[in-house]
Amino acid sequence: MKPVELLEQWLKARLPGEAAAWLDKTAQALRQGSDRDFYIAVSLVSRKIGKSDLGLSQAELAQAAAARPGWDPRDWSLDQAARVLLLLAPGSDGPTFSHRLDQLCITADIGELVAFYSGLPLYPDPPLHKLRAAEGIRTNMKAVFQAIAHRNPYPAEQLEEDPWNQLVVKSLFIGLSLDPIVGLDKRSNPKLARILCDYAHERWSAGRPISPELWRCVGPHATGEMLADLGRVLEKGTDPERKAAALALASSPDPAATGLLWAYPELSVAVTENKLSWQAIANPA
Amino acid sequence: MRFIDPHIHMSARTTDDYERMAAAGIVALIEPAFWLGQPRTQVGSYIDYLSSLVGWERFRAAQFGIRHYCTIGLNSKEANNEALAEAVMEVLPRYLMKEGVVAVGEIGYDDQTPVEDKYYRAQLALAKEFDMLVQVHTPHRDKKSGTITSMLVAMEMGVAPHKVVIDHNNEETVKEVLDRGFWAAFTIYPNTKMGNERMVEIARKYGSNRIFIDSSADWGVSDPLAVPKTARLMLDRGIPQKDVEAICYGNALQAFGQSGQMKEEHWLNPEPVDQRRLFEGNSVLRGQAPRVGEVPAVDQRAGEVVFK
Repeated sequence: MKPVELLEQWLKARLPGEAAAWLDKTAQALRQGSDRDFYIAVSLVSRKIGKSDLGLSQAELAQAAAARPGWDPRDWSLDQAARVLLLLAPGSDGPTFSHRLDQLCITADIGELVAFYSGLPLYPDPPLHKLRAAEGIRTNMKAVFQAIAHRNPYPAEQLEEDPWNQLVVKSLFIGLSLDPIVGLDKRSNPKLARILCDYAHERWSAGRPISPELWRCVGPHATGEMLADLGRVLEKGTDPERKAAALALASSPDPAATGLLWAYPELSVAVTENKLSWQAIANPA
Repeated sequence: MRFIDPHIHMSARTTDDYERMAAAGIVALIEPAFWLGQPRTQVGSYIDYLSSLVGWERFRAAQFGIRHYCTIGLNSKEANNEALAEAVMEVLPRYLMKEGVVAVGEIGYDDQTPVEDKYYRAQLALAKEFDMLVQVHTPHRDKKSGTITSMLVAMEMGVAPHKVVIDHNNEETVKEVLDRGFWAAFTIYPNTKMGNERMVEIARKYGSNRIFIDSSADWGVSDPLAVPKTARLMLDRGIPQKDVEAICYGNALQAFGQSGQMKEEHWLNPEPVDQRRLFEGNSVLRGQAPRVGEVPAVDQRAGEVVFK
Protein backbone atom coordinates (compact mmCIF):
# COMPACT_ATOMS: atom_id res chain seq x y z
CA MET A 1 0.00 0.00 0.00
CA LYS A 2 1.17 3.56 -0.69
CA PRO A 3 1.84 5.90 2.25
CA VAL A 4 -1.11 8.12 1.29
CA GLU A 5 -3.44 5.12 1.40
CA LEU A 6 -2.07 4.07 4.77
CA LEU A 7 -2.69 7.56 6.15
CA GLU A 8 -6.26 7.37 4.87
CA GLN A 9 -6.80 3.97 6.41
CA TRP A 10 -5.29 4.86 9.82
CA LEU A 11 -7.26 8.09 10.08
CA LYS A 12 -10.51 6.48 9.02
CA ALA A 13 -10.12 3.90 11.78
CA ARG A 14 -9.58 6.60 14.40
CA LEU A 15 -11.65 9.66 13.54
CA PRO A 16 -15.26 10.17 14.57
CA GLY A 17 -17.72 10.01 11.65
CA GLU A 18 -18.05 13.73 11.07
CA ALA A 19 -14.31 14.42 11.01
CA ALA A 20 -13.65 11.39 8.80
CA ALA A 21 -16.32 12.55 6.36
CA TRP A 22 -14.88 16.07 6.23
CA LEU A 23 -11.39 14.74 5.55
CA ASP A 24 -12.59 12.36 2.86
CA LYS A 25 -14.66 15.02 1.10
CA THR A 26 -11.87 17.60 1.33
CA ALA A 27 -9.20 15.23 0.03
CA GLN A 28 -11.44 14.42 -2.97
CA ALA A 29 -12.19 18.08 -3.67
CA LEU A 30 -8.51 19.06 -3.59
CA ARG A 31 -7.83 16.95 -6.67
CA GLN A 32 -9.27 19.86 -8.67
CA GLY A 33 -9.29 22.65 -6.08
CA SER A 34 -7.69 26.09 -6.33
CA ASP A 35 -4.60 27.14 -4.35
CA ARG A 36 -6.85 29.13 -1.99
CA ASP A 37 -9.01 26.06 -1.26
CA PHE A 38 -5.86 24.06 -0.66
CA TYR A 39 -4.31 26.52 1.83
CA ILE A 40 -7.55 26.94 3.76
CA ALA A 41 -8.22 23.19 3.88
CA VAL A 42 -4.77 22.48 5.30
CA SER A 43 -5.12 25.12 8.01
CA LEU A 44 -8.64 23.93 8.89
CA VAL A 45 -7.27 20.56 9.97
CA SER A 46 -6.57 21.46 13.60
CA ARG A 47 -10.17 22.66 13.97
CA LYS A 48 -11.76 19.66 12.27
CA ILE A 49 -9.51 16.79 13.34
CA GLY A 50 -8.06 17.67 16.74
CA LYS A 51 -4.57 16.86 17.87
CA SER A 52 -4.64 13.66 19.85
CA ASP A 53 -1.86 11.15 19.34
CA LEU A 54 -2.20 9.00 16.21
CA GLY A 55 -1.01 6.06 18.33
CA LEU A 56 -0.05 3.51 15.66
CA SER A 57 0.24 -0.18 16.60
CA GLN A 58 3.39 -2.22 15.94
CA ALA A 59 1.65 -3.78 12.92
CA GLU A 60 0.80 -0.36 11.52
CA LEU A 61 4.35 0.86 12.04
CA ALA A 62 5.54 -2.19 10.11
CA GLN A 63 3.13 -1.24 7.30
CA ALA A 64 4.67 2.24 7.27
CA ALA A 65 8.21 0.91 7.00
CA ALA A 66 7.16 -1.48 4.23
CA ALA A 67 5.43 1.29 2.25
CA ARG A 68 8.35 3.67 2.56
CA PRO A 69 11.64 2.37 4.00
CA GLY A 70 12.70 4.35 7.04
CA TRP A 71 9.29 5.99 7.55
CA ASP A 72 8.53 5.92 11.29
CA PRO A 73 5.39 7.90 12.24
CA ARG A 74 5.19 6.58 15.82
CA ASP A 75 5.13 10.09 17.33
CA TRP A 76 2.60 11.54 14.90
CA SER A 77 -0.67 13.15 15.93
CA LEU A 78 -4.02 12.98 14.12
CA ASP A 79 -3.77 16.51 12.69
CA GLN A 80 -0.22 15.86 11.54
CA ALA A 81 -1.28 12.74 9.62
CA ALA A 82 -4.33 14.52 8.16
CA ARG A 83 -2.23 17.46 6.96
CA VAL A 84 0.28 15.24 5.22
CA LEU A 85 -2.62 13.34 3.68
CA LEU A 86 -4.10 16.58 2.30
CA LEU A 87 -0.70 17.63 0.92
CA LEU A 88 -0.46 14.35 -0.95
CA ALA A 89 -4.14 14.20 -1.95
CA PRO A 90 -3.96 16.31 -5.16
CA GLY A 91 -1.20 13.99 -6.48
CA SER A 92 0.83 16.98 -7.72
CA ASP A 93 4.13 16.65 -9.58
CA GLY A 94 7.36 17.69 -7.81
CA PRO A 95 7.60 21.36 -8.88
CA THR A 96 3.90 22.12 -8.20
CA PHE A 97 4.15 20.35 -4.86
CA SER A 98 7.29 22.24 -3.93
CA HIS A 99 5.77 25.61 -4.84
CA ARG A 100 2.68 24.96 -2.73
CA LEU A 101 4.78 23.65 0.14
CA ASP A 102 6.82 26.88 0.14
CA GLN A 103 3.61 28.92 0.22
CA LEU A 104 2.26 26.82 3.07
CA CYS A 105 5.47 27.19 5.07
CA ILE A 106 5.45 30.98 4.66
CA THR A 107 2.15 31.27 6.55
CA ALA A 108 2.36 28.16 8.74
CA ASP A 109 1.56 27.82 12.43
CA ILE A 110 3.71 25.56 14.65
CA GLY A 111 1.59 22.44 14.26
CA GLU A 112 1.63 22.86 10.50
CA LEU A 113 5.41 23.27 10.36
CA VAL A 114 5.81 20.09 12.38
CA ALA A 115 3.51 18.24 9.99
CA PHE A 116 5.05 19.62 6.79
CA TYR A 117 8.59 18.73 7.80
CA SER A 118 7.75 15.31 9.18
CA GLY A 119 6.13 14.51 5.81
CA LEU A 120 9.34 15.18 3.86
CA PRO A 121 10.10 11.49 3.12
CA LEU A 122 6.70 11.09 1.42
CA TYR A 123 6.82 13.96 -1.06
CA PRO A 124 7.31 13.58 -4.82
CA ASP A 125 10.72 14.31 -6.34
CA PRO A 126 12.69 14.15 -3.05
CA PRO A 127 15.81 16.16 -4.07
CA LEU A 128 13.58 19.18 -4.79
CA HIS A 129 12.95 19.69 -1.08
CA LYS A 130 16.55 19.91 0.13
CA LEU A 131 16.51 23.66 0.63
CA ARG A 132 13.19 23.39 2.44
CA ALA A 133 14.73 20.82 4.80
CA ALA A 134 17.82 23.00 5.36
CA GLU A 135 15.54 25.96 6.11
CA GLY A 136 13.65 23.87 8.66
CA ILE A 137 16.90 22.89 10.34
CA ARG A 138 17.60 26.60 10.90
CA THR A 139 14.42 26.97 12.99
CA ASN A 140 14.54 28.14 16.57
CA MET A 141 11.46 26.09 17.49
CA LYS A 142 12.56 22.79 18.94
CA ALA A 143 9.42 20.90 17.95
CA VAL A 144 9.89 21.90 14.32
CA PHE A 145 13.54 20.93 14.32
CA GLN A 146 12.69 17.61 15.88
CA ALA A 147 10.16 16.88 13.13
CA ILE A 148 13.08 16.83 10.66
CA ALA A 149 15.78 15.38 12.90
CA HIS A 150 13.97 12.49 14.60
CA ARG A 151 12.57 9.36 12.96
CA ASN A 152 12.73 11.01 9.56
CA PRO A 153 14.74 9.28 6.81
CA TYR A 154 14.83 12.35 4.56
CA PRO A 155 17.94 14.13 5.92
CA ALA A 156 20.24 11.09 5.74
CA GLU A 157 19.06 10.35 2.21
CA GLN A 158 19.19 13.85 0.77
CA LEU A 159 21.32 16.29 2.72
CA GLU A 160 24.89 17.15 1.70
CA GLU A 161 27.57 16.69 4.33
CA ASP A 162 27.54 20.24 5.75
CA PRO A 163 23.80 20.53 6.41
CA TRP A 164 23.85 16.97 7.73
CA ASN A 165 26.61 17.85 10.20
CA GLN A 166 24.67 20.96 11.15
CA LEU A 167 21.66 18.78 11.98
CA VAL A 168 23.66 16.50 14.28
CA VAL A 169 25.52 19.29 16.08
CA LYS A 170 22.38 21.37 16.52
CA SER A 171 20.57 18.36 17.99
CA LEU A 172 23.18 18.20 20.75
CA PHE A 173 23.05 21.96 21.18
CA ILE A 174 19.34 22.02 21.89
CA GLY A 175 19.35 18.91 24.04
CA LEU A 176 17.85 16.39 21.62
CA SER A 177 18.88 12.76 21.68
CA LEU A 178 20.91 11.56 18.68
CA ASP A 179 19.66 7.98 18.69
CA PRO A 180 16.35 8.72 16.87
CA ILE A 181 18.23 10.37 13.97
CA VAL A 182 17.84 8.01 11.02
CA GLY A 183 21.17 7.09 9.37
CA LEU A 184 23.28 8.55 12.16
CA ASP A 185 26.04 5.92 11.96
CA LYS A 186 25.99 5.61 8.19
CA ARG A 187 26.44 9.34 7.71
CA SER A 188 29.19 9.86 10.30
CA ASN A 189 32.24 11.56 8.77
CA PRO A 190 35.67 12.89 9.83
CA LYS A 191 34.61 16.54 9.67
CA LEU A 192 31.67 15.91 11.99
CA ALA A 193 33.94 14.01 14.39
CA ARG A 194 36.33 16.97 14.48
CA ILE A 195 33.48 19.49 15.05
CA LEU A 196 32.10 17.35 17.89
CA CYS A 197 35.47 17.08 19.63
CA ASP A 198 35.90 20.87 19.41
CA TYR A 199 32.43 21.21 20.88
CA ALA A 200 33.34 18.83 23.72
CA HIS A 201 36.40 20.98 24.51
CA GLU A 202 34.23 24.11 24.61
CA ARG A 203 31.87 22.45 27.05
CA TRP A 204 34.71 21.20 29.22
CA SER A 205 36.18 24.70 29.35
CA ALA A 206 32.81 26.11 30.38
CA GLY A 207 32.36 23.37 32.99
CA ARG A 208 29.13 22.25 31.34
CA PRO A 209 27.92 18.67 30.82
CA ILE A 210 28.20 16.84 27.49
CA SER A 211 25.75 14.33 26.11
CA PRO A 212 27.43 10.90 26.09
CA GLU A 213 25.83 10.33 22.68
CA LEU A 214 28.28 12.83 21.19
CA TRP A 215 31.01 10.17 21.13
CA ARG A 216 28.95 7.88 18.90
CA CYS A 217 29.78 10.02 15.84
CA VAL A 218 33.40 10.47 16.92
CA GLY A 219 34.34 6.79 17.38
CA PRO A 220 34.45 5.62 13.74
CA HIS A 221 36.84 8.47 12.88
CA ALA A 222 38.80 8.68 16.12
CA THR A 223 42.55 8.80 15.73
CA GLY A 224 45.30 10.87 17.35
CA GLU A 225 43.96 13.68 19.52
CA MET A 226 40.43 12.38 19.34
CA LEU A 227 41.66 9.22 21.05
CA ALA A 228 43.14 11.39 23.75
CA ASP A 229 39.72 12.99 24.23
CA LEU A 230 38.13 9.56 24.57
CA GLY A 231 40.86 8.59 27.00
CA ARG A 232 40.03 11.63 29.09
CA VAL A 233 36.36 10.59 29.18
CA LEU A 234 37.28 7.05 30.23
CA GLU A 235 39.38 8.46 33.02
CA LYS A 236 37.19 11.28 34.32
CA GLY A 237 33.73 10.80 32.86
CA THR A 238 30.44 9.88 34.48
CA ASP A 239 29.28 6.29 34.20
CA PRO A 240 27.22 6.78 30.98
CA GLU A 241 30.05 8.86 29.48
CA ARG A 242 32.59 6.12 30.14
CA LYS A 243 30.32 3.51 28.57
CA ALA A 244 29.92 5.80 25.55
CA ALA A 245 33.68 6.27 25.27
CA ALA A 246 34.19 2.51 25.42
CA LEU A 247 31.68 1.96 22.60
CA ALA A 248 33.29 4.76 20.59
CA LEU A 249 36.77 3.30 21.01
CA ALA A 250 35.48 -0.11 19.92
CA SER A 251 34.28 1.47 16.66
CA SER A 252 37.58 3.27 15.97
CA PRO A 253 39.71 1.96 13.10
CA ASP A 254 42.90 3.00 14.93
CA PRO A 255 44.70 0.05 16.63
CA ALA A 256 45.71 2.43 19.44
CA ALA A 257 42.03 2.60 20.41
CA THR A 258 42.03 -1.05 21.39
CA GLY A 259 45.03 -0.50 23.61
CA LEU A 260 43.34 2.41 25.34
CA LEU A 261 40.22 0.41 26.03
CA TRP A 262 42.18 -2.57 27.40
CA ALA A 263 43.37 -0.41 30.23
CA TYR A 264 39.78 -0.64 31.54
CA PRO A 265 39.07 -4.39 31.70
CA GLU A 266 35.53 -4.06 33.00
CA LEU A 267 34.40 -1.80 30.14
CA SER A 268 36.45 -3.80 27.68
CA VAL A 269 34.66 -7.00 28.65
CA ALA A 270 31.26 -5.27 28.58
CA VAL A 271 31.95 -4.22 24.99
CA THR A 272 33.07 -7.64 23.80
CA GLU A 273 30.07 -9.28 25.47
CA ASN A 274 27.70 -6.78 23.78
CA LYS A 275 26.47 -5.49 27.12
CA LEU A 276 26.62 -1.86 26.04
CA SER A 277 24.50 -0.18 23.42
CA TRP A 278 23.92 3.33 22.12
CA GLN A 279 20.18 2.81 22.63
CA ALA A 280 20.70 2.13 26.33
CA ILE A 281 22.93 5.21 26.62
CA ALA A 282 20.33 7.36 24.85
CA ASN A 283 17.50 6.05 27.05
CA PRO A 284 18.79 5.65 30.60
CA ALA A 285 16.33 3.70 32.71
CA MET B 1 -5.91 32.89 41.32
CA ARG B 2 -5.44 32.49 37.57
CA PHE B 3 -5.47 35.28 35.02
CA ILE B 4 -5.91 35.80 31.31
CA ASP B 5 -4.61 38.90 29.57
CA PRO B 6 -6.86 39.00 26.51
CA HIS B 7 -5.02 41.84 24.79
CA ILE B 8 -1.23 42.12 24.92
CA HIS B 9 1.39 42.56 22.17
CA MET B 10 4.06 40.12 23.31
CA SER B 11 6.15 40.50 20.16
CA ALA B 12 7.24 43.83 21.64
CA ARG B 13 8.00 42.43 25.10
CA THR B 14 10.96 40.68 26.67
CA THR B 15 11.42 37.30 28.33
CA ASP B 16 11.55 39.17 31.68
CA ASP B 17 7.93 40.10 31.05
CA TYR B 18 7.00 36.51 30.31
CA GLU B 19 8.66 35.38 33.55
CA ARG B 20 6.90 38.02 35.63
CA MET B 21 3.56 37.31 33.99
CA ALA B 22 3.84 33.58 34.63
CA ALA B 23 4.90 34.22 38.22
CA ALA B 24 1.90 36.51 38.73
CA GLY B 25 -0.50 33.78 37.59
CA ILE B 26 -1.19 34.65 33.96
CA VAL B 27 -1.91 31.32 32.26
CA ALA B 28 -3.08 32.49 28.84
CA LEU B 29 -3.00 35.59 26.70
CA ILE B 30 -4.31 36.87 23.41
CA GLU B 31 -2.06 38.85 21.08
CA PRO B 32 -4.05 40.92 18.61
CA ALA B 33 -2.47 41.71 15.25
CA PHE B 34 -1.56 45.38 15.36
CA TRP B 35 0.92 47.85 13.88
CA LEU B 36 4.54 48.15 14.99
CA GLY B 37 4.56 51.78 16.12
CA GLN B 38 5.46 52.79 12.61
CA PRO B 39 3.44 51.78 9.59
CA ARG B 40 4.47 48.80 7.47
CA THR B 41 5.07 49.60 3.83
CA GLN B 42 5.07 46.08 2.33
CA VAL B 43 2.70 43.16 2.47
CA GLY B 44 5.74 40.90 3.02
CA SER B 45 6.44 42.41 6.42
CA TYR B 46 2.76 41.84 7.27
CA ILE B 47 3.00 38.19 6.27
CA ASP B 48 6.07 37.61 8.41
CA TYR B 49 4.42 39.37 11.34
CA LEU B 50 1.22 37.33 11.12
CA SER B 51 3.26 34.14 10.77
CA SER B 52 5.19 35.02 13.91
CA LEU B 53 1.88 35.39 15.80
CA VAL B 54 0.81 31.84 14.93
CA GLY B 55 4.34 30.44 15.10
CA TRP B 56 7.29 31.85 16.95
CA GLU B 57 5.49 33.94 19.56
CA ARG B 58 3.17 31.06 20.39
CA PHE B 59 6.21 28.87 20.90
CA ARG B 60 8.03 31.52 22.92
CA ALA B 61 5.10 31.95 25.32
CA ALA B 62 4.87 28.18 25.82
CA GLN B 63 8.47 28.16 27.07
CA PHE B 64 7.24 30.12 30.08
CA GLY B 65 4.16 27.98 30.61
CA ILE B 66 1.82 30.58 29.13
CA ARG B 67 -0.71 29.73 26.43
CA HIS B 68 -0.64 32.14 23.51
CA TYR B 69 -3.61 32.86 21.26
CA CYS B 70 -3.98 35.60 18.72
CA THR B 71 -6.39 37.58 16.62
CA ILE B 72 -5.67 38.22 12.96
CA GLY B 73 -6.63 41.32 11.03
CA LEU B 74 -5.71 44.53 9.30
CA ASN B 75 -5.54 47.31 11.91
CA SER B 76 -7.22 50.61 11.31
CA LYS B 77 -4.04 52.67 11.16
CA GLU B 78 -2.54 50.68 8.32
CA ALA B 79 -5.90 50.34 6.60
CA ASN B 80 -5.35 53.92 5.51
CA ASN B 81 -2.66 52.77 3.05
CA GLU B 82 -5.04 51.38 0.47
CA ALA B 83 -2.50 49.58 -1.71
CA LEU B 84 -1.10 47.78 1.35
CA ALA B 85 -4.59 47.13 2.69
CA GLU B 86 -5.69 45.40 -0.52
CA ALA B 87 -2.67 43.11 -0.45
CA VAL B 88 -3.21 42.29 3.24
CA MET B 89 -6.88 41.48 2.68
CA GLU B 90 -5.72 38.99 0.05
CA VAL B 91 -3.60 37.01 2.56
CA LEU B 92 -5.81 37.24 5.68
CA PRO B 93 -7.97 34.21 4.79
CA ARG B 94 -4.86 32.06 4.87
CA TYR B 95 -4.40 32.89 8.57
CA LEU B 96 -7.91 32.96 9.98
CA MET B 97 -8.22 29.20 10.42
CA LYS B 98 -4.81 28.63 12.00
CA GLU B 99 -4.62 26.94 15.37
CA GLY B 100 -5.08 29.40 18.21
CA VAL B 101 -6.63 32.21 16.15
CA VAL B 102 -9.59 33.25 18.30
CA ALA B 103 -11.00 36.23 16.36
CA VAL B 104 -10.62 38.71 13.55
CA GLY B 105 -8.87 41.62 15.23
CA GLU B 106 -7.98 44.14 16.29
CA ILE B 107 -9.99 45.98 13.70
CA GLY B 108 -12.18 49.10 13.76
CA TYR B 109 -11.65 52.83 13.55
CA ASP B 110 -8.75 55.09 14.41
CA ASP B 111 -9.12 58.43 12.57
CA GLN B 112 -12.55 57.23 11.39
CA THR B 113 -11.75 57.79 7.71
CA PRO B 114 -13.78 56.39 4.81
CA VAL B 115 -10.96 53.92 4.00
CA GLU B 116 -10.93 52.64 7.59
CA ASP B 117 -14.66 52.14 7.27
CA LYS B 118 -14.20 50.20 4.02
CA TYR B 119 -11.75 47.70 5.53
CA TYR B 120 -13.59 47.41 8.82
CA ARG B 121 -16.65 46.33 6.87
CA ALA B 122 -14.64 44.03 4.60
CA GLN B 123 -13.21 42.27 7.65
CA LEU B 124 -16.60 41.98 9.33
CA ALA B 125 -17.67 40.21 6.13
CA LEU B 126 -14.67 37.87 6.47
CA ALA B 127 -15.65 37.15 10.07
CA LYS B 128 -19.12 36.18 8.85
CA GLU B 129 -17.73 34.03 6.04
CA PHE B 130 -15.48 32.10 8.42
CA ASP B 131 -17.91 32.22 11.36
CA MET B 132 -15.48 34.02 13.63
CA LEU B 133 -15.53 36.39 16.58
CA VAL B 134 -14.44 40.00 16.19
CA GLN B 135 -12.20 42.07 18.45
CA VAL B 136 -12.78 45.79 17.96
CA HIS B 137 -10.24 48.53 18.66
CA THR B 138 -12.11 51.73 19.51
CA PRO B 139 -10.61 55.10 18.59
CA HIS B 140 -8.76 57.26 21.11
CA ARG B 141 -10.12 60.48 19.62
CA ASP B 142 -13.87 61.09 19.34
CA LYS B 143 -14.16 57.91 21.33
CA LYS B 144 -17.80 57.69 22.30
CA SER B 145 -19.16 58.35 18.84
CA GLY B 146 -16.53 56.05 17.26
CA THR B 147 -17.46 53.25 19.66
CA ILE B 148 -21.15 53.56 18.86
CA THR B 149 -20.43 53.60 15.11
CA SER B 150 -18.29 50.45 15.49
CA MET B 151 -21.22 48.61 17.05
CA LEU B 152 -23.81 49.89 14.59
CA VAL B 153 -21.68 48.86 11.63
CA ALA B 154 -21.06 45.40 13.11
CA MET B 155 -24.80 44.89 13.51
CA GLU B 156 -25.48 46.30 10.06
CA MET B 157 -23.01 43.75 8.63
CA GLY B 158 -24.92 40.98 10.40
CA VAL B 159 -22.41 40.12 13.13
CA ALA B 160 -24.18 39.30 16.40
CA PRO B 161 -23.22 41.43 19.44
CA HIS B 162 -22.32 38.39 21.56
CA LYS B 163 -19.62 37.57 19.00
CA VAL B 164 -17.98 40.99 19.24
CA VAL B 165 -15.57 42.29 21.90
CA ILE B 166 -15.44 46.07 22.08
CA ASP B 167 -12.06 47.01 23.54
CA HIS B 168 -10.51 50.10 25.18
CA ASN B 169 -13.74 51.16 26.90
CA ASN B 170 -14.06 53.85 29.57
CA GLU B 171 -16.72 55.27 31.90
CA GLU B 172 -18.34 57.06 28.99
CA THR B 173 -18.74 54.09 26.67
CA VAL B 174 -19.37 51.10 28.91
CA LYS B 175 -23.11 51.51 29.27
CA GLU B 176 -23.65 51.90 25.53
CA VAL B 177 -21.72 48.68 24.93
CA LEU B 178 -23.38 46.56 27.62
CA ASP B 179 -26.87 47.80 26.77
CA ARG B 180 -26.41 46.60 23.19
CA GLY B 181 -25.26 43.11 24.25
CA PHE B 182 -21.57 43.39 23.27
CA TRP B 183 -18.61 42.32 25.41
CA ALA B 184 -16.90 45.29 27.07
CA ALA B 185 -13.13 45.11 27.54
CA PHE B 186 -11.10 47.71 29.42
CA THR B 187 -7.45 48.47 28.89
CA ILE B 188 -5.59 49.29 32.09
CA TYR B 189 -2.82 51.65 31.01
CA PRO B 190 -0.53 53.47 33.39
CA ASN B 191 -1.29 57.21 33.14
CA THR B 192 -3.61 57.05 30.12
CA LYS B 193 -6.94 55.49 29.24
CA MET B 194 -8.15 53.51 32.22
CA GLY B 195 -6.20 53.50 35.46
CA ASN B 196 -6.81 50.59 37.79
CA GLU B 197 -8.42 52.81 40.44
CA ARG B 198 -11.06 53.79 37.92
CA MET B 199 -11.58 50.14 37.02
CA VAL B 200 -12.44 49.33 40.63
CA GLU B 201 -15.25 51.89 40.49
CA ILE B 202 -16.55 50.47 37.21
CA ALA B 203 -16.61 46.99 38.70
CA ARG B 204 -18.52 48.38 41.69
CA LYS B 205 -21.05 50.08 39.47
CA TYR B 206 -21.52 47.54 36.65
CA GLY B 207 -20.64 44.24 38.31
CA SER B 208 -18.91 41.52 36.32
CA ASN B 209 -21.36 40.62 33.57
CA ARG B 210 -19.68 40.71 30.09
CA ILE B 211 -16.85 42.93 31.44
CA PHE B 212 -13.18 42.05 31.40
CA ILE B 213 -9.81 43.79 31.48
CA ASP B 214 -6.53 43.65 29.60
CA SER B 215 -3.15 45.41 29.56
CA SER B 216 -2.76 46.14 25.83
CA ALA B 217 0.93 46.26 26.70
CA ASP B 218 3.05 46.89 23.62
CA TRP B 219 6.18 48.83 22.61
CA GLY B 220 4.96 51.93 24.46
CA VAL B 221 4.86 52.66 28.20
CA SER B 222 2.59 49.93 29.48
CA ASP B 223 2.37 47.26 32.14
CA PRO B 224 2.19 43.54 31.31
CA LEU B 225 1.07 42.91 34.90
CA ALA B 226 -1.92 45.24 34.65
CA VAL B 227 -4.45 42.40 34.96
CA PRO B 228 -3.12 40.77 38.15
CA LYS B 229 -2.34 44.17 39.71
CA THR B 230 -5.88 45.37 39.10
CA ALA B 231 -7.23 42.10 40.48
CA ARG B 232 -5.25 42.69 43.65
CA LEU B 233 -6.58 46.22 43.96
CA MET B 234 -10.17 45.09 43.40
CA LEU B 235 -9.87 42.48 46.13
CA ASP B 236 -8.29 45.02 48.48
CA ARG B 237 -11.18 47.40 47.83
CA GLY B 238 -13.77 44.80 48.66
CA ILE B 239 -14.96 43.66 45.23
CA PRO B 240 -16.20 40.07 45.73
CA GLN B 241 -13.71 37.40 44.62
CA LYS B 242 -16.13 35.80 42.17
CA ASP B 243 -16.49 39.14 40.35
CA VAL B 244 -12.73 39.65 40.28
CA GLU B 245 -12.27 36.17 38.84
CA ALA B 246 -14.89 36.84 36.18
CA ILE B 247 -13.36 40.19 35.19
CA CYS B 248 -9.77 38.96 35.16
CA TYR B 249 -10.18 35.40 33.83
CA GLY B 250 -13.60 33.85 33.32
CA ASN B 251 -15.29 36.40 31.08
CA ALA B 252 -12.42 36.65 28.61
CA LEU B 253 -12.39 32.87 28.42
CA GLN B 254 -16.14 32.79 27.87
CA ALA B 255 -16.02 35.48 25.18
CA PHE B 256 -13.04 34.16 23.19
CA GLY B 257 -13.82 30.54 24.05
CA GLN B 258 -16.77 30.85 21.64
CA SER B 259 -14.16 30.38 18.91
CA GLY B 260 -13.55 26.80 20.02
CA GLN B 261 -9.84 27.64 19.88
CA MET B 262 -9.29 28.61 23.50
CA LYS B 263 -10.13 26.09 26.19
CA GLU B 264 -9.29 25.90 29.87
CA GLU B 265 -7.99 22.35 29.39
CA HIS B 266 -5.18 23.75 27.21
CA TRP B 267 -3.41 24.99 30.32
CA LEU B 268 -5.01 22.74 32.95
CA ASN B 269 -4.72 19.45 31.08
CA PRO B 270 -2.92 19.68 27.72
CA GLU B 271 -2.96 16.84 25.16
CA PRO B 272 0.09 14.56 25.49
CA VAL B 273 1.30 15.40 21.98
CA ASP B 274 1.04 19.09 22.77
CA GLN B 275 3.00 18.69 25.96
CA ARG B 276 5.77 16.91 24.11
CA ARG B 277 5.92 19.59 21.46
CA LEU B 278 4.84 22.94 22.73
CA PHE B 279 5.51 22.84 26.43
CA GLU B 280 8.85 21.17 25.90
CA GLY B 281 12.10 22.66 24.75
CA ASN B 282 14.45 25.36 25.86
CA SER B 283 15.79 27.15 22.82
CA VAL B 284 14.70 30.51 24.19
CA LEU B 285 16.42 29.91 27.47
CA ARG B 286 19.89 29.59 25.96
CA GLY B 287 21.50 27.15 28.28
CA GLN B 288 19.56 27.80 31.46
CA ALA B 289 17.68 24.86 32.85
CA PRO B 290 14.41 24.50 30.92
CA ARG B 291 11.38 25.40 32.96
CA VAL B 292 9.09 22.95 31.37
CA GLY B 293 5.56 23.51 32.53
CA GLU B 294 6.52 24.82 35.93
CA VAL B 295 5.95 28.36 37.03
CA PRO B 296 9.27 30.20 37.39
CA ALA B 297 10.49 31.12 40.83
CA VAL B 298 8.79 34.22 42.08
CA ASP B 299 10.62 37.34 41.20
CA GLN B 300 10.70 40.27 43.62
CA ARG B 301 9.31 42.64 41.02
CA ALA B 302 6.25 40.45 40.70
CA GLY B 303 6.00 39.83 44.43
CA GLU B 304 3.30 42.34 45.19
CA VAL B 305 0.87 40.79 42.73
CA VAL B 306 1.51 37.11 43.22
CA PHE B 307 -1.51 35.21 44.39
CA LYS B 308 -0.76 32.14 46.45
